[in-house]
Amino acid sequence: MKLELKGITKSFGALVANDHIDLVVESGEIHSLLGENGAGKSTLMNVLYGLYEPTFGEILIDDQPVKFSGPADAMAAGIGMVHQHFMLVPVFTVAENVALGGESTTFGGILNLNDTRAKVREVSARFGFNVDPDALVEDLPVGVQQRVEIIKALVREAKILILDEPTAVLTPQETDELMEIMRQLKANGTSIVFISHKLREVKAISDTITVIRRGKVVGSAEPGTSTTELASLMVGRAVNLTLDKAAATPGDLTFKVSNLTVMSDAGQRLLDDISFSVADGEILAVAGVQGNGQTELTEAVLGLHKHISGSIMLDGNELVGRSVRQVLDAGVGFVPEDRQDDGLVGEFSIAENLVLDLYTKEPYSRWGSMNRAVIGKNAEEKVAEFDVRTQSAQDAADTLSGGNQQKVVLARELSRPLKLFIASQPTRGVDVGSIEFLHKRIVAERDAGTPVIIVSTELDEILELGDRIAVLFAGKLMGIVPGKSSRELLGLMMAGLPANEAQAQLDGNAATMEGERS
Amino acid sequence: MSQQIETAKTPSPPAKESEGTHLVREIMSGNAVISVLAVVVALVIGGILIAVTDPRVSAASGYFFADPMATLSAIWSSISEAYGALWRGATYDPTARTWQGQLGIFETLTFATPLIFSGLAVTLAFRAGLFNIGAQGQIILGATFAGAVGFGMHLPPVVHLLVVILAGALGGAIWGGIAGFLKAKTGAHEVIVTIMLNYIAISLVLYLLKNQLKDPNSSNPISPQMDANALFPLLLGPNFRVHAGLILAILAVIGVAWLLNRSTLGFEYRAIGANPKAARTAGMLVSRGYITVMLISGALAGLAGVAQIAGTEKSLDSEIAGSIGFDAITVALLGRSKPWGTFFAALLFGAFKAGGTSMAVNADVSIDIVAVVQSLIVLFIAAPPLIRSIFRIKESRREGVSA
Ligand SMILES: Nc1ncnc2c1ncn2[C@@H]1O[C@H](COP(=O)(O)OP(=O)(O)OP(=O)(O)O)[C@@H](O)[C@H]1O
Ligand SMILES: [Mg+2]
Repeated sequence: MKLELKGITKSFGALVANDHIDLVVESGEIHSLLGENGAGKSTLMNVLYGLYEPTFGEILIDDQPVKFSGPADAMAAGIGMVHQHFMLVPVFTVAENVALGGESTTFGGILNLNDTRAKVREVSARFGFNVDPDALVEDLPVGVQQRVEIIKALVREAKILILDEPTAVLTPQETDELMEIMRQLKANGTSIVFISHKLREVKAISDTITVIRRGKVVGSAEPGTSTTELASLMVGRAVNLTLDKAAATPGDLTFKVSNLTVMSDAGQRLLDDISFSVADGEILAVAGVQGNGQTELTEAVLGLHKHISGSIMLDGNELVGRSVRQVLDAGVGFVPEDRQDDGLVGEFSIAENLVLDLYTKEPYSRWGSMNRAVIGKNAEEKVAEFDVRTQSAQDAADTLSGGNQQKVVLARELSRPLKLFIASQPTRGVDVGSIEFLHKRIVAERDAGTPVIIVSTELDEILELGDRIAVLFAGKLMGIVPGKSSRELLGLMMAGLPANEAQAQLDGNAATMEGERS
Repeated sequence: MSQQIETAKTPSPPAKESEGTHLVREIMSGNAVISVLAVVVALVIGGILIAVTDPRVSAASGYFFADPMATLSAIWSSISEAYGALWRGATYDPTARTWQGQLGIFETLTFATPLIFSGLAVTLAFRAGLFNIGAQGQIILGATFAGAVGFGMHLPPVVHLLVVILAGALGGAIWGGIAGFLKAKTGAHEVIVTIMLNYIAISLVLYLLKNQLKDPNSSNPISPQMDANALFPLLLGPNFRVHAGLILAILAVIGVAWLLNRSTLGFEYRAIGANPKAARTAGMLVSRGYITVMLISGALAGLAGVAQIAGTEKSLDSEIAGSIGFDAITVALLGRSKPWGTFFAALLFGAFKAGGTSMAVNADVSIDIVAVVQSLIVLFIAAPPLIRSIFRIKESRREGVSA
């Protein structure tokens, strides 16, 4: 099925998010969209999926113009979409979720789940998805939930699949699996529109790349185009993809975690006897496959966990047992892993979100009364400094594009004097140009003498930022290695080998290779 | 050595709001246009009901084909008479026999006063993400506390009224606070708890009216009259019931508007209401927010009880709250859970009450029509999102759309 977008224009008030966009997706093609945060990629896809009505322009499928008044129409026309935030009901089974919205019913409106179950099994087998139709969605890892979304589209016979930043939440392993699925779908004749900020992925999977900047198509590129070239095409200037970072000059060890153990409500050990410290002016990068205790580590520091033992000392003060407010007041800047759930209040304005944890402080408020003028001015400054693409700082945060929401959270947390900066996935969903900027800001925070902890599932980011690298596996610390360690070493540690054993194994391998050669 | 330390005992807030909460949130936060349309459509349908139940219209429709104009004019006069009477009864009626009776506007304001307080109660709690169905019980408790010090004591002027007001607020605050406390500490859903507290309140007041608070000179479960010093002064002299409680109500609107939109506390409430997880991560104490907002909300509803007992009723009986606590939910709904929206919605409902009687008397239309129109308003405010969720029509909001 061939898809053509002709002159699609979508404005939100005075803002033109899509400006006469022409795009052709050939049958069985993987077509990537590249563009800065706020360029208009998601908006374009939402138009295509019938969620937004275009202000102008038309959509053609196999050269026939079509009009969608909602996703149901788009689905009927063979278009499926996997949103970055999954639209699954957690307490439903896979089959129930797939049935939802496209209920296959028998006479009299009785839900026919067996039918759906069979279809899920069939699709799952055809593409090697390995998804159990009777599993509860909330029990599934993120990568599998995403497959459920894809199954939802495939069961409805989607011929064009839209994947909006599908890899942002995936582990590298899951990403590889997704790529494999995409290739199979393509071999089956399904066209895919793929959005990602990770240029390596885009280069690896695409047949065609279209670059969008500020709502306009600015060009297309071959997958063979170099990463730097793609980056500059996207941003409109040369982007430095590697961070120039001076060696750290670590000071006192002001942040010390000793024997930290965190239990879940159900009594499961989430973090097991962790001890480490971070010096002033040093970045500790925490690596590990998602779900090995990184989230719990950051949340424990912030005081979000109930069952916690051990000690977390900052500047000689015990943080364990303190409230979140007290921890923040002790000078901790905190960027949560999930910006939409934990970092922002979507219906609040950008300005309000920029003081979400500062509103009790002067000059933002006095005597319990908020000072709107100061909050507004603060917002203007932060929006300019962090290049948040928005019409006005008074707009609701949920009108921002994903990457720009992330910038708001970072702007807030980096904009006050800190004693510790701790960030999870600081650049998730952020474009290469902004990553460059945000990484610089984080390094600047380090150079100002703040101990910094960065949790990331991106090995690139870990290697880029970390002065030292800690690896977590199943809630245990596998060890802390120097920032310049090899990917192989980190890989072994992430798979559960303690640092010394991993190193020994690598040395052993090297030795055998030496031996074989001689 | 490691010690076991219990931090925040709060049940962690839900990760995603449930489908139901989402729906309620959508209903409560739609725009003013829908409110106005809801009222208009409800009035139109009410008009149709008035017409079809009018014997003159059915008589004229008997010879519809011979004289269609007769039917139409009968319909027109039936509806215009009814709504005309409603409007005049609620505002100004030059045809009324007494001059006091002509100025229905003051009856409207009188009826609106407790609705403003209790509507604000529902509005405020809602903005913090709590659906306070318990205004009824909080009004009863407020009136009971206010009554107990109002007829049980004799204090100097002004002082006595202040004590009555504080007691009423306290009574309501306790009743609201219980729901807030249970929500914060155990996660008990406030809707269930407040409904239960409504039943307890009515039973409690009945018990007290048969025992401690009973008027010894009466055989009915009714309290003694309030002390004269404990009453709200009448604003326009003895000919009108409108009392100083109205001024307090307007101050409450201004106060709640400031609280919600300008204060740090309101910022916290709104953040908790919109995204409790982000609020918690930003250092707000969600459980404390639930408790304090229900205390304030209950206090506001308690003031509605004060307006009843120290303004219009002057003694306590089990009917003191009428249907105010339930109308309050509609008022807050119609007012889009905005303080001034709630104020105007309360005025409208006050007008329905004041004008309804006049409509029944002067146009011979059953007063039930008013109840029908009020119910239709609820239905139509609730309908757009209901219909959307039933038919899965796209929302105009970005929520749920991927970023
Ligand atoms: N509902 C809306 N109301 C107002 N503005 C909006 C709305 N939705 C999107 N926008 C604006 O449209 C522009 C394009 O947003 P879009 O989400 O399409 O960007 P994007 O290319 O997907 O960016 P990202 O890579 O960060 O996800 C942004 O400036 C955004 O603020
Ligand atoms: Mg996007």
